[in-house]
Amino acid sequence: MIELNGVRLTPDLSGALFWEDASTLVVADLHFEKASSFAERGQPLPPYDTATTLAALSEAMDRMGPRRVICLGDSFHDPRAGGRLQHGDAQTLRALTGRADWIWVAGNHDPDPPEDLGGAVVHDFCLGPLTFRHIARPDATPGEISGHFHPKASVPTRWRSVVRPCFAINATRVILPAFGAFTGGLNVRDPAIASLLVPEFEVVVLGQGKLHRFPHSALDLDIAPYNFK
Amino acid sequence: MSDLPRIFEDWFASRGWRPHAHQKKLLTAAKNGESVLLIAPTGGGKTLSGFLPTLVDLAAAPQTGLHTLYVSPLKALAVDVHRNLEQPIAEMGLGISTETRTGDTPPAKKQRQRKRPPNVLMTTPESLALLLATPDAAQMFATLRRVIIDEVHALAGTKRGDLLALGLSRVRALNRDIHCVGLSATVAHPNALRGYVHPSARIIQVPGGKKPKIGIVSAHGRMPWSGHMGLYAVPEVYAEIQNHTTTLIFVNTRATAEIVFQALWRINELNLPIALHHGSLDREQRRKVEAAMAAGKLRAVVATSSLDLGIDWGAVDLVIQMGAPKGTARLVQRIGRSNHRFDTPSEALLVPGNRFEALECTVARAGVLANVLDGDPPRPGTLDVLCQHIMGMACAGPFTADDLYAEVISAAPYGGLARQDFDESLAFVENGGYSLRAYERFSKLVRDSSGRYHVRNPRLVRQYRMNAGVIVEADHIKVRLGGRILGQVEEYFILGLTAGDTFIFGGRLLAFVGIRNGVAIATPAKGGDPQVPAYMGGRLPLTTTLADAVQRYFHTPERWPELGPEVREWLAAQAEHSSFPQPGRLLVETFPRGARHFMVVYGFAGRNAHQTLGLLLTRRMLRYKYKPLGFVAGDYAVAVWSGEDPTDVEGLLEQDILGDELEEWITESNMMKRMFRTVAVISGLIERKAPGAEKTGRQVTFSSDIIYDVLRRHEPNHILLRATRADAASGLIDLKRLADMLQAAHGKIDHRRLDRVSPLAVPVMLSIGKESVGPAMIDELLDDAGESLIAEAMRRTGRGK
Repeated sequence: MIELNGVRLTPDLSGALFWEDASTLVVADLHFEKASSFAERGQPLPPYDTATTLAALSEAMDRMGPRRVICLGDSFHDPRAGGRLQHGDAQTLRALTGRADWIWVAGNHDPDPPEDLGGAVVHDFCLGPLTFRHIARPDATPGEISGHFHPKASVPTRWRSVVRPCFAINATRVILPAFGAFTGGLNVRDPAIASLLVPEFEVVVLGQGKLHRFPHSALDLDIAPYNFK
Repeated sequence: MSDLPRIFEDWFASRGWRPHAHQKKLLTAAKNGESVLLIAPTGGGKTLSGFLPTLVDLAAAPQTGLHTLYVSPLKALAVDVHRNLEQPIAEMGLGISTETRTGDTPPAKKQRQRKRPPNVLMTTPESLALLLATPDAAQMFATLRRVIIDEVHALAGTKRGDLLALGLSRVRALNRDIHCVGLSATVAHPNALRGYVHPSARIIQVPGGKKPKIGIVSAHGRMPWSGHMGLYAVPEVYAEIQNHTTTLIFVNTRATAEIVFQALWRINELNLPIALHHGSLDREQRRKVEAAMAAGKLRAVVATSSLDLGIDWGAVDLVIQMGAPKGTARLVQRIGRSNHRFDTPSEALLVPGNRFEALECTVARAGVLANVLDGDPPRPGTLDVLCQHIMGMACAGPFTADDLYAEVISAAPYGGLARQDFDESLAFVENGGYSLRAYERFSKLVRDSSGRYHVRNPRLVRQYRMNAGVIVEADHIKVRLGGRILGQVEEYFILGLTAGDTFIFGGRLLAFVGIRNGVAIATPAKGGDPQVPAYMGGRLPLTTTLADAVQRYFHTPERWPELGPEVREWLAAQAEHSSFPQPGRLLVETFPRGARHFMVVYGFAGRNAHQTLGLLLTRRMLRYKYKPLGFVAGDYAVAVWSGEDPTDVEGLLEQDILGDELEEWITESNMMKRMFRTVAVISGLIERKAPGAEKTGRQVTFSSDIIYDVLRRHEPNHILLRATRADAASGLIDLKRLADMLQAAHGKIDHRRLDRVSPLAVPVMLSIGKESVGPAMIDELLDDAGESLIAEAMRRTGRGK
């Protein structure tokens, strides 16, 4: 449980963030059809990423039963991704968007998310004391929830450093990990993220079966560019 | 009657040489158009033998265009051979053009070589693959007569060897008249190599020279109980260096090389020039050492298998092997690096690392003297390399599946390739080969009306050319000291360091600063307790032949007097307290120690198979509620410790451990994921480099681990997963050997319940704590990290100091 601008939020092991009092589920960076975008360019990654992401999303919705779902942008890997959805995946997605008030926040990968899949497209979205957008703004008023960076934390352990996706949290904002199946990540202590979170921040790391909380000072500064998941 | 023309006879005579018998045999074979596998110990003038028919041929009938293709596993060797060949050509005034073509050849020269090739081209498997993947390959190889494959024994059975075999299958398809000559060290499976060289090759075997003189260090009361480096004998080693002109010191791992090098320099009061050579050092550094060696400027080089192959140095008069040799064939090759003359025996000294290794050294020496060779026959060709080759062939020009299949199975490693596997490899290249046919519109290959496959667009050709090759270095990180790159270490090791940690690399003591842009930054360090990078692939496991010989040795006490007194006492004590392992049976000892229970399984299946067994055993012990705590694996045995007494030893070692536990483990295994990554890169699923968008360092935008998970879930039989599993059968996971061992042990387990540790178990037990015990669960580690943080915080705010 974390608190932001007087609102209680629950990070979920799936990488989603649940705002229970507003019955709102938030996910970031779904990157639908990332695999087929690589396939288009000659790298045929397995065509199961969208289905995998949808299954995880559906599972989180079943568990939490939100009235509203907010996708924080880069939901589609590229502007043509909607057209590449396999028939079954498109149907599943339509069924999901029909189950809740669905908000697509536009991202840099999907400035114009497809409109035939249900849900409403917005740029920024304000709800009560919180603002939802794709990329955090340095000058944002407190209470900002965003994605974009795919933060990962590198935690030194007695075995070696363990690299896992994480939520990054300070007094004014939360940055969500990527929810999509085939997404990579950026070290949360990289200046691109950390500069938005100065001076102090915490991370909630997605473990295998539970979440773990660390102050930023407990994390490695550098991640080897190849992530061990 | 000699096939050697006069000018050659004169040239040999001018140097005071006479052609060897095998050189004449090769000439005759070449005249008859026969392919040959030449097996000779080092120093047999092998390379010149290979080229002599080419020179004779071209001297008699000069031609333009390519006549002979020479392929070497080492770029440096190709360059060196080129230099050595120019000499006779120049001295006899033969006017034969020779050139090298490697990754270092400038693009303009490569272009020119394609249009106007030299008579003799020296190249590597990778460069040959790229050469063949062009439309003008047919023209270039039309005039080819001969192919020479150097160090065949080091290529066959490896992925590079697969790549070369496939390349040669294309060369033979382009030009049916060529004959091939393979040059090989003495090996256990000459016939497999013969087929690799050419389906109809015959073997010419050069007899060895004099039997080598092999000593084993007598430890005089200092034979350690554990360890693999033989550091106790460094003073003896140093004395031997002083007594010889040039000494080659072979060790088994790069880490050992670093440590032995440091130890020698600590006592190097005479400042003898002693150098270090291993595969992780920067290429420039290695070249310098090799050049200094060739110029006779060094008294000793500490080296790993990086010097097993390559240039012959006549001046080496002693080879020292530190740590057990792990195989007799390998020991023979290493010993052969000394004294490259037939008339004097090579001299070698073995330094066992511990009591167990003393047995291994003794047995290996006997094996060498009795000409027992070991090693497994080359495994079948790998599917990921086949995928890369198919794409390369598509870049060369359109093909039909039937034709390419016929061509591919003419390569020995692929002789048994099922059509189904070929078709699936082709389907993978085409569009991923997924049962979900989502990518047909993105196919890389398109079929014309006559069923021939074409590459869809030129961009894909560029993509192939940028990513070709089968050496995947993705998980290494360069180490930089000031402005200099010292070499590279495994990322795995670097991830285990925190800023300020000291480590030894490149013969220096370094402090780790951090990773910047994918490069590990280091500064010179003064002291501390340094770590040494370990390399997962760095250690070859004990061969089956040698393992069996060691087990048999236990049961021949009449030979024990040749061992030192400490080793004899150790064996006698074991006979009294427990019993000995023997081939065909499996000795397992269990005993309590402290609050723990230990189980030592003397599998003699080599480190990799034991490592896998340890991982599986701890899983099964968890199910049996024995509370497993950890394990350590060595070449001879694996030891597992637990909170409860593992009473059902037979149940634990049932063969079905390779079912459930293995399946479970494979899902999580980092090792499998690393193997998959290699397969994914080689097959072309993951690009190393993208045309137009050069990635900095090894930045990947997705995780191959996740691709692996998803593929396992959705297409467990996908060709790339099958390729990964095939890789796991040998190498780091060594499943096949483990399966063989468990099968042989079924119903033949000798379980000794002891009240305390046995003498034989001591060397195994002592390595506990020195070796990493493998990953615990992620959550446990993170919990732990959290707790140690709390402890640290409490200490800081704390009471007392």
